[in-house]
Order: sequence, then structure tokens, then C-alpha cells
Amino acid sequence: MNEASLCLDGVGIRYRLGASDFVAVENVSLEIKSGERVMLLGPSGCGKSSLLKVIAGFQKPATGEVRSNGRKITEPGPDRFVVFQEFDQLFPWKTVLGNVADCIRLTRKLPRAEAASRAAKILDMVGLAGYFDFYPHTLSGGMKQRVAIARAWSVDPAILLMDEPFAALDAQTRASLQDETVKIWREARRTLIFVTHSIDEALYLGDKIVVMGRSPGRVLRIFDNPFAETRDQPESAELRHQIRALLAGNQVAAEEMR
Amino acid sequence: MKIPLFNWRRIVVVIALLVFWEAAVKISGVSPIMVPPLESVIASLIGGIRDFTLISSTWATLKNLLIAMGIGLVIAVALNMLAFVSIWARETLQTLAAALNPLPAIALLPVAFLWFGAGDASLLFVLVNSVVWAMALNIFTGFSTVPVTLRNVGRIMGLKGMALFRHVYVPAALPYIYTGIKISWAFGWRTVIAAELVFGATASSNGGLGWRIFVNRFNLDSEGTFAGLLTIVIIGLLIEACFQQVERCTIQRWGMADR
Repeated sequence: MNEASLCLDGVGIRYRLGASDFVAVENVSLEIKSGERVMLLGPSGCGKSSLLKVIAGFQKPATGEVRSNGRKITEPGPDRFVVFQEFDQLFPWKTVLGNVADCIRLTRKLPRAEAASRAAKILDMVGLAGYFDFYPHTLSGGMKQRVAIARAWSVDPAILLMDEPFAALDAQTRASLQDETVKIWREARRTLIFVTHSIDEALYLGDKIVVMGRSPGRVLRIFDNPFAETRDQPESAELRHQIRALLAGNQVAAEEMR
Repeated sequence: MKIPLFNWRRIVVVIALLVFWEAAVKISGVSPIMVPPLESVIASLIGGIRDFTLISSTWATLKNLLIAMGIGLVIAVALNMLAFVSIWARETLQTLAAALNPLPAIALLPVAFLWFGAGDASLLFVLVNSVVWAMALNIFTGFSTVPVTLRNVGRIMGLKGMALFRHVYVPAALPYIYTGIKISWAFGWRTVIAAELVFGATASSNGGLGWRIFVNRFNLDSEGTFAGLLTIVIIGLLIEACFQQVERCTIQRWGMADR
């Protein structure tokens, strides 16, 4: 029973680029405990989103494997629900309530009424109480992401994967959705894997910060973060500085290689 | 196409046109056999409704078209399912559609005559051909442009095969499926009238609206001919209004109409 809840074992990801292979991610090994909040932090092109796709099961790694509770991941499933960055991840032909309730009904085979009342409870939690009958195209980007988060948590996944879900939002909305994420995580205590390129976001949301670099995409270092759920702690400046220096060093190295 | 069919300006224009018709006939003194006055056309229309012949002709035409559209939809969906599985089926579908879609369906009448003789089978053959390609192509476009994110969300939810198709692909492709049905209705409505002019006499039903205007002309019943034409216009407008209503309650309401 010592196996971590999610285990990445020598994962490498390659894309075909013309005649040759492009190495997106090289030899990443990670162990993530159940209920842990892990941030994958790095610049664009470091393979953090590719890594998330492999964990979600959309893509097969070229080398290594990912195991969830000891079982090799081969395809997507509701036990690893994903919140995407794109605002169009909701079904436009369903209302806010319908999007969440039908997801519960389809994944957990619950009767309609029970699914609807569960969905209503979760939507209340993320501050969408008055919006059950709205169609997604009438909502703002931030509200759409709220619904997407509610939908993901509603099926009670063992692991929640979030792929830069707040990257396209304004600063205020982003902060409030980060608070929402903390609130829901406290309630459910599920494993959270969150891709971001913002050091502040990583410091606020993560128990562990996996800093990734480019050329090729790989893990540079893993930090424990004691400052989760706090903003602008003076004590966090040192950690923030370390991460920034690490990323800057990798940036210079990557550019020199070109 | 976002202009509502019945706003007040349109009603004014329609009344003006009718007044112009009536005035032109009265002032020019044209023979009523060439252009009958409005009141006798309307009288013929009402007479046709009273003695039920106009209604049964209209129903015959609509029934033929609805059957053809039903068959066309089944064939279009079946072709698309094959195209989904096999790249060769996809190529075949696109080639056939590209070749046959621009062919005016009515041009197939001689071939239909040769294969099926005069009768309902020929009529249906021509009609199905006039509706199926627009449907098939639009459905194909619809399925192939379902956003990747939505497909992925469906897969995360554990949907596969037919369930993924039903819960994600079909609703996401609805704007295109709907366009396909609308376009094929427009093609089919033109074709069915033209085909009835030719096949009406031998069809098992009463020959429909096309045959009706043909026979009326033959009998020098100009009022009847014009009443038939007017009926064709009115039905066309009503169906168009129905389409707009359906659109308003579905894809427009869901914000999917402008993609």
C-alpha cells in the first residue's frame, strides 16, 4: 500500500515533426500522494500540458507509464476529470444545471432527480445559485470556468486535472476562482494536479510545486510549498526568488542551445 | 436570413403588390386568361379549399417530399456513419456529393423514366437525389467540426461509440444537420413541383400541386393555375417560418447559430 496514488514512471513524450521526432518531455518521474495539490509550473513549451494529457489518458507516452492506484492509465475516464483552459468546454445545448447534472447522471448512473439535486448543491457552492437555467453562451468566461470546475468536482474524481483553467481570465476573476478552488478542495480533499505558468498561482494553490524547464521538457526541481492558501507572505519571498532564478537559468540555457 | 417573415413593413409590401396586380389587370385590360384578376384567383383558391381538391393536392405534394426527405436523411446518416469508419467511404461520399449535388435533380427525370417507368418510384428517385447530397455534406461537415474540447469532455465522461455519438456528436453537429435539412427542403420543394408536372398523371395519388397547375392551364382555367402558384408560394413561406421558429427555440437559444 506504499504506492502513491498517482505514479509517473520515466514518462517521455514525443511528437512527430516532419521526418524527425520532437522530444516534448523527457524522463519525468513523479509520485503524487492522494489528496496532494501538485502544481506543474513552467514556461510554454516545457511540456507541462503534454504531461497532463498523458495523465488524463488522451495521449500515450513514448516511454514509461503512468499508474493510478497501481493501474496503468490507457484511456480517459471520469476518475481523472479535466478542467480545460478553453471556455467552450461546456455543452452549449445544455443549461448550467443540465451540464453538471447530466455529467453526474452519465458517469455515476444516478437517477435524474438525485443527479440534479447534487448538481444544484455544488453549483450553489461555487456561487452560481441564480444561474441554473442559463445557457453557457450567456455567461462570462469566469462563470463558464466556475461551471466547468463544478462539473469536474461533481463526479467526485480521484484526481482533478486543471490545465491553466484561469489563464484567459482577468486578475480579479482569476483570484476569486483560485479561492473557489481552495474552498472546494478543502471540502473534498482529492488529488489536484494543476498546470500553470504563474509562480503566484503555484504558491497560492500548491502543496508541491514541480518546476519544469524547456529543451527538452523536464522536471528541474520539486519544491514543498508551506505557503499554500496564503497570498504575499513575506516569508514566501525566498521560495519565490528561488523558483524565479531556476526558471530564468533554464530560459538562458534553452536560448543558448538554439 | 435573420429577417422575420412577418413584420409590418413586409405586410405593407405584400398588400401593395396585390393592389398593383389588381390595378394593372383592370387598367391594362389584359385578357383574364393571360392574367386573371386577383379576386377570381382568390375565389378559385377558396373553391379549391371548399371542395377539398386543393388541400388533397397540397397534401400529396408535401407527403411525397416528406417521404423523400425521410429516406434522404436515413441514407445521409448511413453514409456518414460509413465515412466515420472508413477513409475510402469518406472519399466516396465526398466525390458522389460533389458530382451529384450541382446536377439539377430534374435532369434525372429521363433516367428515372428509363429505370422505374412513370409513377411514384420515379418521382421518389428524383426527389431523394435532390435532397440527399445537401444533407449528407452538411452532416459530414457537422461531425468533422465538433470541437476537440467537447469530444474530449465526452471521453472523460467515459462515453464511447454510440453513446459518445448521441450525447456529443449529434447535438454538437446540430447547426449543420439543421442547415442540411433546410437546404434540402429548398431543393426538394422546387424539384417536387417540377417533377409532378411530368409524372403527376401517372402517380398513384392525385398528382399534387405541380400536376394541378398543369391541368388547370390545359383546361384554360387560369384562375386555377394562379391559385396553384399562390398556394406553392404560401406553403413555401409557411415552412420557412416554421424553420425559423424551430431555429429560435434550439440552436439560436443555445448560441450555436452563428458558428
